[in-house]
Amino acid sequence: MSVLVDEDTRVVVQGITGGEGKFHTEQMLEYGTNVVAGAVPGRGGQEVAGVPVYDTVQQAAREEDANAAVVFVPPAFAGDACFEALDARGIDLVVAITEGIPTQDMARVYRKLQETDTHLVGPNCPGVITPGVAKLGILPGNIFSSGNVGLVSRSGTLTYQVVDNLTNRGIGQSTAIGIGGDPIIGTDFIGALEQFEADPDTHAVVMCGEIGGEDEEEAARYIGEHMDTPVAGFIAGRTAPPGKRMGHAGAIVSGSGTGTAESKINALENNGVPVGDTPEEVADHVEDLL
Amino acid sequence: MRLHEYQAKQVFADAGIPTPASQLAETVDEAVDAAEEIGYPVAIKAQVHVGGRGKAGGIKLVESREEAREAAEDIIGMDLKGYHVSKVLVEEAVDFVNELYVGVTMDRGEGRPVAMVSTKGGVNIEEVAEEDPDAIAREHIDPAFGMHPFQARKVVYEAGVDREVANDVASVLTTLYQLWDDRDGADTEINPLMITGDDEVIAADAVMNIDGDALFRQPEIAEMGEEAAEGDELEQKADEYGFDYVRLDGNVGIIGNGAGLVMTTLDLVDYYGGEPANFLDVGGGAKADRIANALDMVFSDDNVDSVVFNIFGGITRGDEVANGINQALEQFDEIPKPVTVRLAGTNAEEGMEILNEDLVTVEHTLEDAVQRAVEYAKEVEA
Repeated sequence: MSVLVDEDTRVVVQGITGGEGKFHTEQMLEYGTNVVAGAVPGRGGQEVAGVPVYDTVQQAAREEDANAAVVFVPPAFAGDACFEALDARGIDLVVAITEGIPTQDMARVYRKLQETDTHLVGPNCPGVITPGVAKLGILPGNIFSSGNVGLVSRSGTLTYQVVDNLTNRGIGQSTAIGIGGDPIIGTDFIGALEQFEADPDTHAVVMCGEIGGEDEEEAARYIGEHMDTPVAGFIAGRTAPPGKRMGHAGAIVSGSGTGTAESKINALENNGVPVGDTPEEVADHVEDLL
Repeated sequence: MRLHEYQAKQVFADAGIPTPASQLAETVDEAVDAAEEIGYPVAIKAQVHVGGRGKAGGIKLVESREEAREAAEDIIGMDLKGYHVSKVLVEEAVDFVNELYVGVTMDRGEGRPVAMVSTKGGVNIEEVAEEDPDAIAREHIDPAFGMHPFQARKVVYEAGVDREVANDVASVLTTLYQLWDDRDGADTEINPLMITGDDEVIAADAVMNIDGDALFRQPEIAEMGEEAAEGDELEQKADEYGFDYVRLDGNVGIIGNGAGLVMTTLDLVDYYGGEPANFLDVGGGAKADRIANALDMVFSDDNVDSVVFNIFGGITRGDEVANGINQALEQFDEIPKPVTVRLAGTNAEEGMEILNEDLVTVEHTLEDAVQRAVEYAKEVEA
């Protein structure tokens, strides 16, 4: 089994006629993802990679029974695209890949999200993959292998690195979720951990965090209080100097003690989560947990 | 993106927030003329993005022409915590009885904006937040509705602001929220908001940080931002190239894709006994030119003795990266610093085949690449 994505997932790609939208639609199809429609205003009736395009997400959901949306829309219009997907009946999962959406736009999307039962993953994320079944997003499919380890990460490329370390020693993944590094995201660590905890086929979880914010500390508390599934962790940014911003909006160390790698690692270890010094060591811990 | 104080004050004043009389000056003579025109006492304030300017000698209060000249001579051209001061704001010194803090920011934990008021103004508000969090009254705002007038009044009364000025402070806060909302603010702050003996409220400082991702719809602010850009030559170059770049103290240059992976590479350099010279994230989907620019940047840092490239392609393609590296290195008769490359993910095999192994060292795992780069750096040092 898996979380969020399975063989019944039917995807509509928003922004399918753009360069990234088209390229990754082809990649998703090649991986076996059930991409059933595209949605681009004014492009209804066209086809991209053999996939029919509709003017609205609602039409795509109605005509093709789409139940998930992937957003490849440019930043200026991506907030609106998220609203459209959240508003469409039948869409249970929205994966927003777009990087650079204005934070205030995402605050409004987040506000809307609270009124729905839909899961939003991202934005500024690599997407979600259930190896061997489907991928929604830009993750390179060939490094993943099917198995029983769940993975949740704020960073896309770090996800790939850790998955590579796991796959290389024969440890497969149930689902990997890149939740994104922006200040405001839909599904957070706790949201993903809840899903993995409820999945009988996920036997261990890897959580990759980084400096900045307090999400990892909160997730550590959640693990300590609510999880039976064992978790291994990794935190990027141990060497980051205080006060400097390292790419991700969240990856800044305030210098006041919270949000540092040390505080996150301590929080995880105090809640029974072994934290690797290197991605390779994370794989060692997972091997021990299984 | 952060505006200078004089720019933020202009934005605040245009929106109707009272600010002191002030003039911008770039030379000592201009500063003295401005002081004479405004009338003493005036404050002469360095316009650089540095916290604690006063303590560092970047703000001086003067009472006469002689003092104004002396202060302007001291401040213009000074080096303030690594930033060169080329402009000062000459400003009427306000006679105040109280100082407040007023601010609006995004509470990322809540995913909503928050308005804050404190009667402990005029001091480092981060310290107040840490030592006495109850001294700051907070009100979360629903972004779908914006700030209701009652919310502004509520937070002002909760903070314990004097009744005589509460309405005026609430009105400043309402305007500040509107600015934050309209201008895509990240943080907007007034610290201190001064209360005079006549119960007037005046913004004696102004902070305006704008969401860099929203500049496409804030053309006027974007233009001000270009003027406000500062930092050393390398940081300005990084801005031009559009890289997330942070200069550090070590000698191993680090280039990678994705913030989390680049930070991990830094951590591994440290783990294997080296010292990172920088953080450079080329971002997602980088093409050959961008990769070449990244190498150019790191080569131009004299501290760098060795460079490690760590690319795990998802949206980024290994062949593009390899072409960029070749393109950047082929122009040299002799490679200035040894370059170690690790490519994985999308089109990595194609990339490995393209890479010119006469110019770079290729490693197949992250650990090997980092260790090799650290060894090279040590050889240079030795």
